[in-house]
Amino acid sequence: MTTRADARPARASTLGRPPLVLVVPGGIAAALLVLPLVSLVLDTPWGGFLDQLRTQAVRDALRITALASAVTVVACLLLGTPLAWLLARVDFRGRALLRAAVAVPLVLPPVVAGVALVSALGRNGLLGSVLRETTGVTLPYTTTAVVIAHTFVSMPFYVLSVEGALRASGERYDVVAATLGADRWTTFRRVTLPLAMPGVLAGSVLAWARSLGEFGATITFAGNYPGTTQTMPSLIYQTLQADPEVARTLSMILLVASVAILAALRNRWLTAP
Amino acid sequence: MADGAVSTASTAGLTAHILVPDRLDAHLVAAPGEVMAVIGPNGAGKTTLLRALAGLVPMAGSVTVSGRSWTDPPVLVRDRNVGLVFQDQSLFPHLSALDNVAFGLRARGVARADAEATARSWLARFGIAELAARRPRELSGGQAQRVAIARALAPEPALLLLDEPFGGLDVGVATTLRVELARHLASYAGIALLVTHDALDALTLADRVLVLDEGRVAQTGSPQEVAARPRTDHVARLVGLNVIREDDVFRSFSPSAVTVSLGQPEGSARHRWRGTVVSVAPHGDAVRILVAADRELIADVTPAATAELGLVPGREVWLSVKETAVRTYARAPG
Repeated sequence: MTTRADARPARASTLGRPPLVLVVPGGIAAALLVLPLVSLVLDTPWGGFLDQLRTQAVRDALRITALASAVTVVACLLLGTPLAWLLARVDFRGRALLRAAVAVPLVLPPVVAGVALVSALGRNGLLGSVLRETTGVTLPYTTTAVVIAHTFVSMPFYVLSVEGALRASGERYDVVAATLGADRWTTFRRVTLPLAMPGVLAGSVLAWARSLGEFGATITFAGNYPGTTQTMPSLIYQTLQADPEVARTLSMILLVASVAILAALRNRWLTAP
Repeated sequence: MADGAVSTASTAGLTAHILVPDRLDAHLVAAPGEVMAVIGPNGAGKTTLLRALAGLVPMAGSVTVSGRSWTDPPVLVRDRNVGLVFQDQSLFPHLSALDNVAFGLRARGVARADAEATARSWLARFGIAELAARRPRELSGGQAQRVAIARALAPEPALLLLDEPFGGLDVGVATTLRVELARHLASYAGIALLVTHDALDALTLADRVLVLDEGRVAQTGSPQEVAARPRTDHVARLVGLNVIREDDVFRSFSPSAVTVSLGQPEGSARHRWRGTVVSVAPHGDAVRILVAADRELIADVTPAATAELGLVPGREVWLSVKETAVRTYARAPG
């Protein structure tokens, strides 16, 4: 990071020194972003790192977080892809409205998302009460609720990313496929989807990352029960009050997981135009 | 004879009345095996005509191919059995040349192995069998256009629509490809429509030429007829003739029959125009000048005369042509 920052002004030296009015606020912004992560790394009690991983609570939280984020990505692929295709390719009434509605969870405070989920799927919710009366199933405070909350907050990232990719690749190749006798499903499988793959990949990573850090909607809708609904962020929040050192260890685990994925995919899509 | 040809075509060939509001109103008839060149200036509706036949542009009117209507009831693009060759090739970028050519067959339910075998034989016919595994971005312009034509022909379409297939290619590549295409079109049983900007394409590849102008059919006929008796300025310019429309007749004359002078010409020349030189360019051994008079006219002069008269853009000149050098023909309806 530092070597890079040093290299940039040197390259631009023919235009004069970077003005302080830009360097100072830029430096503050960089410090704000980098310092907390650096101090987290420095503060982590590495000695007990592996021991922390072995406790039941951590293993449960890791399992639920991994499960929820994996199911979220699968749900995005199976349900979000068709939605993105509908938004990008089918001209129906209310499309603009639906696109706007799909984007709302992006900017919605997660705790509001949780409240909205309770009012829809809670015991006495719009759908929840019907579900309870017909099948006896209640969703809140179950692992299923965790998955639903994660999918709710993550899906918009996926849908918008894939829709953008579908729009960018355009209908041109769909038209070519049609003149060659392909029906729309064949065209989707063999032409549209392969060409939108960078968007699918980027969207999956965004959704996965969003799911990994999800806290507000989950704790509101699914609660914080160890073994069933307690995810890593919930556990960290709970532990921070009792034992900050352990919280830092657990945070470190999430940080390492996030950075590892980012690094692995960097060449795949972060550098893509 | 003409009537007989039309009735044959209406059962086995193509009969169409393409009506796209404000864009196109064109009748066309083509017999099986026929290659029809569609020429006309930019914006005349050539590409719209092809896209309407393929079903890609909403249209009124009717299209009947091999006795089957594509418009009543409307037939979807994918069920029309057309082969469309785009100027920019539009090869699927994520598929190999082989998979591109096999796509139409696979989409129509041919088993993978059979489709690939057929695609391979098509690539071989175009002399590019060794490029089967390449992606489009690894192909040259000429190679990509061969793949695109093979892809369109592989499912054996009833109607092959080529939209400026040589546009954007180097002259040498275009010439080679033109010769190859002529060979493939000769053995193709369906109807081919070829949109082109190039008089050479129309003259060498087509059995018939359809001239579009402002969305209407201005002329149809054999390439020789159209070249000898053009009815639009555009075609006249393409084949290098001057054409003047007078009441019920067209008058055409060659640029080499035009005399250029600085003063008002005297003598027997009946046709004379005063105008300004717009451009001067070498044309074979002569120099071709374009003059804006009350119409645009072209004249061929010797390089010596060009220098002597000081013919540069902006120069005021007189053009004249002897009546004996002018050919007059009836202005029959399109």
